[in-house]
Amino acid sequence: MAKVLVVTSGKGGVGKTTTTAALGAALAQRGDKVVVVDFDVGLRNLDLVMGAERRVVFDLINVVQGVAKLPQALIKDKRLENLWLLPASQTRDKDALTEEGVGKVIDELRARFDWVICDSPAGIERGASMAMRFADEAVVVTNPEVSSVRDSDRIIGMLDSKTVRAEKGERVEKHILITRYDPSRAARGEMLTIEDILEILATPLLGIIPESQDVLRASNVGTPVTLSNADGAPARAYIDAARRLCGDTVPMQVPTERKGFMDRLLRRRAA
Amino acid sequence: MEAAVKPQRQMVRLRGRSYVAFVFTPTVPVQDWLHEIDATIARSPGFFAGRPVVIDLSSVDLSQSGIGHLLTSLQDRNIRVLGIEGVEEARLTAMMPPLLSGGRSCVVEPSAPKKAEAKAKPTSLLLENPVRSGQTVIFPEGDVTILGSVGSGAEVVAGGSIHVYGALRGRAMAGVNGHTSARIYCQKIEAELLAIDGFYQTADDIDAALRGKPAQAFLQGNTMRITALN
Repeated sequence: MAKVLVVTSGKGGVGKTTTTAALGAALAQRGDKVVVVDFDVGLRNLDLVMGAERRVVFDLINVVQGVAKLPQALIKDKRLENLWLLPASQTRDKDALTEEGVGKVIDELRARFDWVICDSPAGIERGASMAMRFADEAVVVTNPEVSSVRDSDRIIGMLDSKTVRAEKGERVEKHILITRYDPSRAARGEMLTIEDILEILATPLLGIIPESQDVLRASNVGTPVTLSNADGAPARAYIDAARRLCGDTVPMQVPTERKGFMDRLLRRRAA
Repeated sequence: MEAAVKPQRQMVRLRGRSYVAFVFTPTVPVQDWLHEIDATIARSPGFFAGRPVVIDLSSVDLSQSGIGHLLTSLQDRNIRVLGIEGVEEARLTAMMPPLLSGGRSCVVEPSAPKKAEAKAKPTSLLLENPVRSGQTVIFPEGDVTILGSVGSGAEVVAGGSIHVYGALRGRAMAGVNGHTSARIYCQKIEAELLAIDGFYQTADDIDAALRGKPAQAFLQGNTMRITALN
């Protein structure tokens, strides 16, 4: 039974695209057939993070408008057998997304894959509403800061009212994924705590991804963070989150970097 | 598909149905009576809109042309005549509304059933889910009770009181229809704005010692008071 999962947040720069790529790769590694779909028409990024930017021929808009067939636009990942990418168009804008067209593409994808992961653009306009429109489940990516949490609250409200499932009186299952979490700063009270965030959003937690250099490094080389350094703290956190999405019970913890003795001895370079 | 191939004979069915119509009884002189109608229309334009009437001619003695003249005068005032009574059929032409008979008078009470409906309307609204940022709940009819929290950037507007059993982080406006005794209650006050009957306080005005605690807001004269609950 195929599941359509939207990765969304409202606010920009919180890690939606990183999360889409990382969860997609982690689920594909488990053996599920996964497609990641970029809905950020006009400002596409997922192709870069997936390292497929030089293989894009046709895109989502071409398929929505019937110019190309779906198999022509799907790009197979070079590292994982059952991971695919449906890129967005860089030359068009979000008005090119029609509800009918998107609905048809999602239906076709449902028939071919186990997971359809939609990478939502920031904002609450057409791109974001089309990305969530046909979702069965949602991962709401949140940073531990007030602006991000309030935007997530707004998005959760939209998931409960503007999706096809909500309009039919069914529920979209929602999960909170906290990214860029820095345990030491949280301990010093410089960040919202996990408890604060969950209290405000009143939604179950899927995972906590620690702030890490690994994430930037992985995007720069065009590899999902779960593949580039599978032993790193963020990769382990994403793999745990993917297991929870599949229904496994995994104890919640904040993975930390394994620091060597020398790292601890020479913590910071003096100016 | 089948029906298009085989045309079926349609039976003509006649059903009886009765309606309530206004009855005009013109009096002599007819000109004065028409002025009276004009005065009614001037007082409440649209009084006759969508209300066809029956004309009872029993108290006037009009010729065929007289009746014709009366009908056109009414037509000029946008009054539609659906039938005529109290006159011999011979005086009517084929172009005039038909002659009616057997009418029974009744009392017209158009507003009575509506009042009963209004009574049945609920005077409180219960929301079991949190009110999220960007959502607005408007209920001018009465109280609003929210079992979850009201998010920052959300808005609750009520004609009566507002009860929040979670945290109130957004805006709450109670007693919007001039209901000065309305109050706002919440389990955790972190509101951006509180208002009762137009008197408001922003987050800055709320006593810092109360933040995060159970509290209520109410009007005392023209000032809003916010106090701790229990």
